[in-house]
Amino acid sequence: MLGVFIAIVLLCLAAPLYAHDVAHTHPFVSTPDGTTIVNGKRVPVMPPSTTGLGLGSTPIGPTWDVHHYFLGADNLGRDVAARLLYGGRNSLLIGFLAGLITCIAGTIIGVAAGFFGGVTDGVISRVLEIIWAFPVYLFAICLSIVLINQDFVLGPLRIGSGSLALPIVIIGVVYIPYVARPVRGETLSLRRREFVEASIGLGASRTRLLRKDILPNVATTVIVLFPLVMAIAMLTEAALSFLNIGVQPPNASWGTIIQDGTSALLYTQPTVALAPGIAIAVTVLALNVLGDGIRDALDPRAKVRRRG
Amino acid sequence: MWRFVLKRMASALFVMFSISVLVFLIFFATPGTDPAVRVLGGKNVSPQTVREVRHDYGLDRPLPVQYALMMKKLFITRNLQSFVSRSQVVPQIVAAAPVTFSLVLGASVLWILFAIGLGMLAAVFRGTALDVMVMVIGLIGISMPVFWLGAEVNNVSQHLYHHSFLFSWVPPPGYVPLTQSPLGWFKSLLLPWLTLSVLYIGLYARVLRSSLVEAQEEDYVRTARAKGLTERRVLLRHSLRTSLIAFVSLFGLDFGALVGGGALLVEVVFNLHGLGWLTYTSLGQFDLPVIMATVIYAAFFVVVVNAAVDLLYALLDPRVRHV
Repeated sequence: MLGVFIAIVLLCLAAPLYAHDVAHTHPFVSTPDGTTIVNGKRVPVMPPSTTGLGLGSTPIGPTWDVHHYFLGADNLGRDVAARLLYGGRNSLLIGFLAGLITCIAGTIIGVAAGFFGGVTDGVISRVLEIIWAFPVYLFAICLSIVLINQDFVLGPLRIGSGSLALPIVIIGVVYIPYVARPVRGETLSLRRREFVEASIGLGASRTRLLRKDILPNVATTVIVLFPLVMAIAMLTEAALSFLNIGVQPPNASWGTIIQDGTSALLYTQPTVALAPGIAIAVTVLALNVLGDGIRDALDPRAKVRRRG
Repeated sequence: MWRFVLKRMASALFVMFSISVLVFLIFFATPGTDPAVRVLGGKNVSPQTVREVRHDYGLDRPLPVQYALMMKKLFITRNLQSFVSRSQVVPQIVAAAPVTFSLVLGASVLWILFAIGLGMLAAVFRGTALDVMVMVIGLIGISMPVFWLGAEVNNVSQHLYHHSFLFSWVPPPGYVPLTQSPLGWFKSLLLPWLTLSVLYIGLYARVLRSSLVEAQEEDYVRTARAKGLTERRVLLRHSLRTSLIAFVSLFGLDFGALVGGGALLVEVVFNLHGLGWLTYTSLGQFDLPVIMATVIYAAFFVVVVNAAVDLLYALLDPRVRHV
């Protein structure tokens, strides 16, 4: 499965290569009047409909020829295969960075709560408890709808409304309790272990305790969690984009392509929705298997909540 | 027990209050965003109009007052108005609730029954192909985007194979009230239920399987066997009962994700006009009061169910009561 995952990542990274040098299409510019070559004949990308009332036009289906509209066109005449690869870059990037934010922030917060205890722990635990009880998707929807279509300005910080940074930060933030809670528990139990007490007895400073004793041991837990967090981050990105509050057009992600494919083309050009869905499912499956594998290898006891 | 009940309820109330404050702050106090401009669609409007709208909705008051007013409109007078259609929000939520409730309830029933059945099969036949299959289904289930699965189910049942004997009974996507036609209700919801529960059945079967396998090694199971009880009785009355404790508590956790995420997306895909669909249509119009109201009501529902699950948990396992 790791091989499959690496193959998907490499393919998506090679998206510009494919779009410019193989397919010669632009993934973000609509070409409703474009033409392509099927079986040696030049055909329009958006031929007129033959079914129903015969009005409007239906994008062509897959040509199964990597040089021209391998997976057909979407309702703006864009090459689905090229968009799939470009969208994959965004989906993977968002999943990866959001997972990174979740893991780093979750570790810092969890270690702080577990290590310092007292009031710090009380406050952090309460806040985590609230976010934990708040259904993640609803939380993400709230944040997205407020931030997504108006430029976010906070002092010198300015994030454009179409920026990928918004879904990354939003998804990264909402999953923090998923990492912070297990890390806090881990830190609490580490504090009572003999080797930590030995360090304290030898007069180690707090910084040294954190750096040499706590963090290296907590790292195992976080490394096990990372692929699983990235998996749920990618699913969340897809869901938000499907609801039009994730990645904004003309930019694409697997979620937005599914949205394109299900809103108008589900029955006429099913590959538009099918392809990105399979891509997400395979990538997330690979990440889940990878996560299980790392967990079995590093720490058989760790448990994580996973959800669809 | 009563001490535990009171403590759990107090904590649920605290969480509900915090969530309502959090949602309110996100919607009405996020720096760099102005709800009044949102109401007017973000177009270039005169400052005069913005001021009027602000006053209309009480947005020129201090934040705590705004919060109190909003909650009063939401729960006491129930006359919160939509920014867009100016219609009242709470009646819409009340009308939508049965749809979401039917969807979530049916999916949960399927999810639990199938997961217990499959989990027990996998535990009994552990190490066989069946066991492996349950594990693989579980992994695939949690890896698929639910809205995509729903769309593909639609494609198959409404279009590709709609005229075959398999799917000719499937009504067009939409909700039929139970009171109007019980059979129509069942037909309209069967595929959404299956879509929603498929994601979890495998995962939960796996969880149950591993705790069943663990329980089989316990002393009390050996004692039960030594007493000469049948294997079936040991499994059903001894192993399963303890294993269900972990199962129930995990269910409580995922129920929130089901209501907040899965059900919302499934409602959108299957055109069921429930709370999720209401949220979705309001998202398209930036209708903040409606989104806020649906989110708060849904989150409260989840918190209440979670508290109920915890109480059930305490009923099943007396050790929990003494926390």
